[in-house]
Order: sequence, then C-alpha cells, then structure tokens
Amino acid sequence: MSDEALIVLDKVNKWFGPLHVLNDVSLTVAKGEVVVVIGPSGSGKSTLCRSINRLEPINDGTITFDGQALPAEGRPLARLRSEVGMVFQSFNLFAHKTILQNVMLGPLKVRKEKPAVVRDRAMSLLDRVGIGNQAEKYPAQLSGGQQQRVAIARALAMQPKAMLFDEPTSALDPEMVGEVLEVMTSLAKEGMTMVVVTHEMGFARHAANRVVFMADGQLVESAPPAEFFANPKSDRAKDFLSKILTH
Amino acid sequence: MDVFSDPLNRDVYITGFLWILKLTVAGGAGALVLGVLLAAMRVSPVPVLRGFGTAWVNIFRNTPLTLIIFFCYFGLFSTLGLSLADDIDLNNFWLGVIGVAVYTAAFVCEAIRSGINTVPPGQAEAARAIGMTFLQTLTIVILPQAGRAVIAPLGSILIALCKNTTIVGTIGLMESSSAMKQLINENGDNVIPIFLVFAGTFAIVLIPTGYAFGWLANRLAVKR
Repeated sequence: MSDEALIVLDKVNKWFGPLHVLNDVSLTVAKGEVVVVIGPSGSGKSTLCRSINRLEPINDGTITFDGQALPAEGRPLARLRSEVGMVFQSFNLFAHKTILQNVMLGPLKVRKEKPAVVRDRAMSLLDRVGIGNQAEKYPAQLSGGQQQRVAIARALAMQPKAMLFDEPTSALDPEMVGEVLEVMTSLAKEGMTMVVVTHEMGFARHAANRVVFMADGQLVESAPPAEFFANPKSDRAKDFLSKILTH
Repeated sequence: MDVFSDPLNRDVYITGFLWILKLTVAGGAGALVLGVLLAAMRVSPVPVLRGFGTAWVNIFRNTPLTLIIFFCYFGLFSTLGLSLADDIDLNNFWLGVIGVAVYTAAFVCEAIRSGINTVPPGQAEAARAIGMTFLQTLTIVILPQAGRAVIAPLGSILIALCKNTTIVGTIGLMESSSAMKQLINENGDNVIPIFLVFAGTFAIVLIPTGYAFGWLANRLAVKR
C-alpha cells in the first residue's frame, strides 16, 4: 500500500427523490489499499461503491480516479470503467456466452487485444480462480460460488487498477461464501486496490486495511479493522456491531 | 381438379406463389433489419432517435397495409417518380417489398423491445462495467439475448407477413391471390377446388414454419 491516492471522493451527495442516499461522503482510497465498507441495509454503501465507476451518477461533489475527474459519459467514461473492475451481488455473467467467452469479451471488444493473448490470460485467470476445467460451460451450468469466481476473473481480465465488490457473497449459499472470499483475500494480498461492500466481518478483519462504517447515507467511521471492531467510536457503529457480533 | 392439369393454369399458380415467396423473403429481411434498428433507437439515450422510433411504430402499426402499399405505388412511384426497376412486375415487386417491410418493421421493433425487457438489467450493467459503449452493450450483450427470447413471436410476425404479401396484388403484381382471382374468373365452375388449393398451399407451408420457430425458440433459449 502506498501513500498515493487512487480513488478520491469529495463531499459526494446523491438523492433518490427525497431520499438522501449519500450525504457529504468523502473518502480517499490509496493505491493498494483494501477498504471494506459495512453498515446496515439502506445506508448507501452499495450506492457509494457503484458511484465510483459511475454506474450510479452523483448529484453533487467530485469523484477522482487516478488523478482524473470521472467523465460524465461516452467513450471517456467507458475507458475509465475498463480500468475499474466490478463484481456484482448477482454475478451478472453474460448468460448467452460461455465462461471463457465471458472472461475474454472485455479485452477483445473493449481493448481490441489479440485473441491468442487474451485466451491465454483468460485461461490462466480461470485456473487461478479454480474453474479452468469449466471454461466451455455456460453460466447457468455453474454454482453461484463458481459464477462469482468467474465474475472476478472477468473483471481481472481487463487488468484493472482497482476492483469494486458490491456485496459479492450476499447471494451465495453459505457453503460457497468461503471459496469466493478466498479469491478476494489472495487478491488483497497481492496488492490490488479494493473497495468491498460486504457483511462478511471475518473478511473485514483479516483482509482489510481499513473499515468504513456507513449509516443513513453518511460515512460515520473509518478505522483499521482491529481498532474498529475492538473499539468503535460512534454509537451507531456500536449499536450495529452489537447486533451482528452477538450471534 | 382439371383446372390445375392445364399447364397454363399451373404456371399462373406457381408464379403466384413464387412472388409470395420472394416478397416474404425480401420483405422479411428488410423488416428484420429495420425492426432491429428501430428497437435500438427506441432504447437509445438520444431523444431524437427515440422519438423517431416511436413515431415509426405508431404510424405504421396503426395504418392498414393496403393503404401503405397504395401509397408506395401511387405516392412513391406514380407521383414522386420512384422507379425501382424497368420491368413493370419487378418495379411493383420492389414497391411491395418496401411497403411490407416498413409496415412489418413496426411489429418486429415491438417484439424485439419486449425481448430487451426480458434481459435482466444486470447484464447491461456488467457490460458497461467492463467498459463497453452503449452500442457494444446493445449489439454484443443485449440484442443477442433479446432476439433469442422473441423467436416465437418473430415467427408469428413472419407468418403474418407472408399472408400480408397478397395485398401487393392490389398494385398489379400477379401474386397468389391475384392468380387465384384470375383462375376463378376463367373457371367459374371450379371455385371451391381452386380456393382450397390456394388456401391449402399457404397452410401447408406456414404450419411447419410455425412449428420450426417453436422448436428454434426452445433450442436457442438463453438459460438463466
């Protein structure tokens, strides 16, 4: 982890109608840093994550990625998105493409790389997430955990500067959560910059450099995991942790 | 059935259905291309294109095909002088193709658009998230899935189109319905058999077409 900032959100505001989902949120993520965002449902953490690659446009404030303000639309925005990997709660693998095609599509169509090069990289990524032998299958033939690992490989195939995870394990059967978290942990260890929205406190504890706690659209607390879990400062965070850690 | 044992009559019958076949193929291809383009316009972020697509659908879906074909002949050809071939039959054929295609494109557009609605929004989000442009997202991720979802309705539209091409007879092309009329005029004692042969020919071709589209729809369905 370096001191150089990769993602900077400055006084970001967003409303869904009358609902103030992001309220003056400021957050800086350094290169190589792993930030885990936690908080109760409806606190705006998914919206925060999705605003970083502008899948969710913001109403006010600025977001900079790698020194550049987020482009509003068009090709510049597409180029920025190609540098930010995103993993969704519901996997969102392209249903009409095979696993291998899913992973190869971005580099081929967006980056116009050579098919042979892309295929090699895609296969090694699939091997890495443990699905190399399923390359010719379709998403619907795989389990949720397998699909999510393919989704991670698909994002990595673009060789992104940062990865966003929007509740990547929330739609999984309990016994498949581990395999996905394992891949994410190894990514974190390799120095990938990551913003992870999750309810997996175990992952937050052992893989995060920093835990950010959100409630009611506000960024309430930000601290290293050991400190945050042992000694939350705000009442809102204390209340949240008491509810989830007692079970 | 002696009507059809006369080679001249048989020729009228065969030529009529050949026109229908050609009109269906050319009109269907035109309608498919136009319809997909219109559907793309109707979901595009550009208001002018959306308006154009909506206007097209509203105008052509709600106008009788006969009027459109008449307009192609009397408007495009007679008044505006749009001549598409030197041969009079071929000219009428292409005018008919235009009319049938612009009309059917409205229905194809709406079928494709309903297909787009069956594709989960997450598919487009994932495509955008890896850096695809709107056009790439549409052509690589959305339309292939939308198209597979609406193969059966597209089959119905094609069948309707095939039968609708008989309207091109009104501007002088000797397609099957005009051929039937001519044979009936010349063989007043054989009206029912002539009618049954023409109607039967349509049914014999179109019933398997319907089943083929049903089979294709199942085979190409996107598993989720």
